[in-house]
Amino acid sequence: MARKPEAIAVLGRAVRTPRGAVGLAIGGCVVLVAVLGPAVAPYSTTEFVTKPFSRASSIAWLGGDVLGRDVLSRTLNGGWELLAMAAVATALGVIVGALLGVMAAYHGGSWDSIIMRAVDVILAFPQLVFALLLVSILGPKIWLIVLAVAISHAPQVARVSRAAALDISERDFVKAMQILGIPGRRIIRRDVLPNLTSVLMVEIGLRLTYSMLVIAGLSFLGFGLQPPAASWGLMINENRVGLIANPWGVLMPAILIALFTIGVNTFTDAVARASLGVGGRAIEPEAEMALVAREVA
Amino acid sequence: MTTVTEAPERVGPPSKAARPHPIRNLLIKRSLIGILTLVLVSILVFAATQTLPGNAASAVLLNTATPQRLHALEVQLGLTRPAVDQYWTWLTGVLHGNFGTSLANGQPVGTLIGGRILNSLVLVIVAGAIGTLIGVGLGVLAAARRDSVLDHVLSVTALAVTALPEFVVAVVLVIFFAAVVIHWFPAVSVFVPGTAPWSNPKELVLPVATLVIVVVPYVFRMMRASMIDALESDYVQMARLKGVPKWRVLLFHALPNAIAPTIQVIGLTFLYLAGGVVVVEYLFNYPGLGQALVSAVSDRDIPQIQAIVLVLAAFYIAVNILTDVISLAVSPRRRLPRS
Repeated sequence: MARKPEAIAVLGRAVRTPRGAVGLAIGGCVVLVAVLGPAVAPYSTTEFVTKPFSRASSIAWLGGDVLGRDVLSRTLNGGWELLAMAAVATALGVIVGALLGVMAAYHGGSWDSIIMRAVDVILAFPQLVFALLLVSILGPKIWLIVLAVAISHAPQVARVSRAAALDISERDFVKAMQILGIPGRRIIRRDVLPNLTSVLMVEIGLRLTYSMLVIAGLSFLGFGLQPPAASWGLMINENRVGLIANPWGVLMPAILIALFTIGVNTFTDAVARASLGVGGRAIEPEAEMALVAREVA
Repeated sequence: MTTVTEAPERVGPPSKAARPHPIRNLLIKRSLIGILTLVLVSILVFAATQTLPGNAASAVLLNTATPQRLHALEVQLGLTRPAVDQYWTWLTGVLHGNFGTSLANGQPVGTLIGGRILNSLVLVIVAGAIGTLIGVGLGVLAAARRDSVLDHVLSVTALAVTALPEFVVAVVLVIFFAAVVIHWFPAVSVFVPGTAPWSNPKELVLPVATLVIVVVPYVFRMMRASMIDALESDYVQMARLKGVPKWRVLLFHALPNAIAPTIQVIGLTFLYLAGGVVVVEYLFNYPGLGQALVSAVSDRDIPQIQAIVLVLAAFYIAVNILTDVISLAVSPRRRLPRS
């Protein structure tokens, strides 16, 4: 059961498809801007360079923001924290969700019903509302937002991994190992989890876009990084009063957030297809339906 | 959202009584589970907002807290009594329609959010209905012309814009239709309090359009996939061979069978809208529940937060039940006991 190369093989196949390559390129560009941005930004994020909402000029290539700070520098600085939060929230949510789902599937019985009932309770909140609820008590702390998003991801991941794990634990090789008396924990770790690889890879992609949606949304509503920090969501909110004078302060962060989502979506779709073994465009309708169902849930 | 992802559901042996009234039985079972979930949600909301360390009173007062003010507010919120007692008082109040008094302006929360519930509902239902129609229409079209240029353009676009944040869509719409390019619609809503939101449809256009753009990709993708699935089936082949006109095959043979999985997704889009309205209402200054939630969170107006979150959760649970019942009603096959 040498399953480790499977993840890499699936990723390799995904990258070689046109969708995978385009998706990776788009998403990768946004990550590059966010990560390398702070190093190449011409000004600091809090320096007053020009007049508020002044048009693009040779001093400020994308004009000034609401307080006359450089839009370009703030754009270059405003992404990495957002992306890092989304990445950590996604990783945490997927790990916790997968463990819960596998435990529910493998142990069954009261474990299963307790976990699934807890899942129902969390699922009764829209993700953003759940995060707002936690923020309303403890204030807009970075760790709290990451935790809130991770907790709101876990139920969906738990459901998907529970279904996939139930499927695997019914198979003969797992039954055989149980009969041989191999401890359950070892079966889960060595045989059930690796078989969830492709399911979880797709799940990471899907949850990453939703992490971005909620975290950037909170930032837009003013519950993320606090001013004068630069953050794409916050920038859109700060600069929308000056939309007519200098649209770049709104457009740049909006474009970058949109490109990130588009890139991740496209690459995730390529991974899903590669893991199903359908490289080309002719994906089976059932598989596509299952994929869409996972995405909306 | 229950039945879509849980593929290998553990199903007990069908009881004899289940056969005659499957829909009624499902409705009863789901409603009971729904009520239980709502009770658990209310406990979670209450526990999170009212009894957590660094209690609500100090959260509200922040650094203006003096021991006297703190004590006065604690008494007002009932924080000095045992937690179970507090919860019970709150719950019985909620069941009588009494959500407490707003800390921000001292008015009853019930009257503050009553009208807003209707406003948000208008937004959700109009956007959901238009989004569903467009999604189903485009899905059928793309499936009927599978692998054509139109299909590819629609499919790739839908895939790419899935899960695009609402405020990104909204600011782009504002740039194009309200502020920079053309000035057709107002960039923010200016509603006179007490007037119905539909009395000034122009103000509704951009908020609704934003939500429609956000939900169409889901409905479209599911409709297209399930329609293609139906079109490949034997009964559609049979109908074609029989010489049934193409549009008739599409609308009367394939569509009724393809709609069931899409109904699940349509239900999910309504749920999605319940979260989406928060950002959209805030951005367009639309007087709904979502906008109230954002300002309540800013003001730490705990009774109002509790009430709004509870209303949204109740909406979520109700839509879930409704979705399950409707999809059971339109797919007679699933009404039979599963073997």
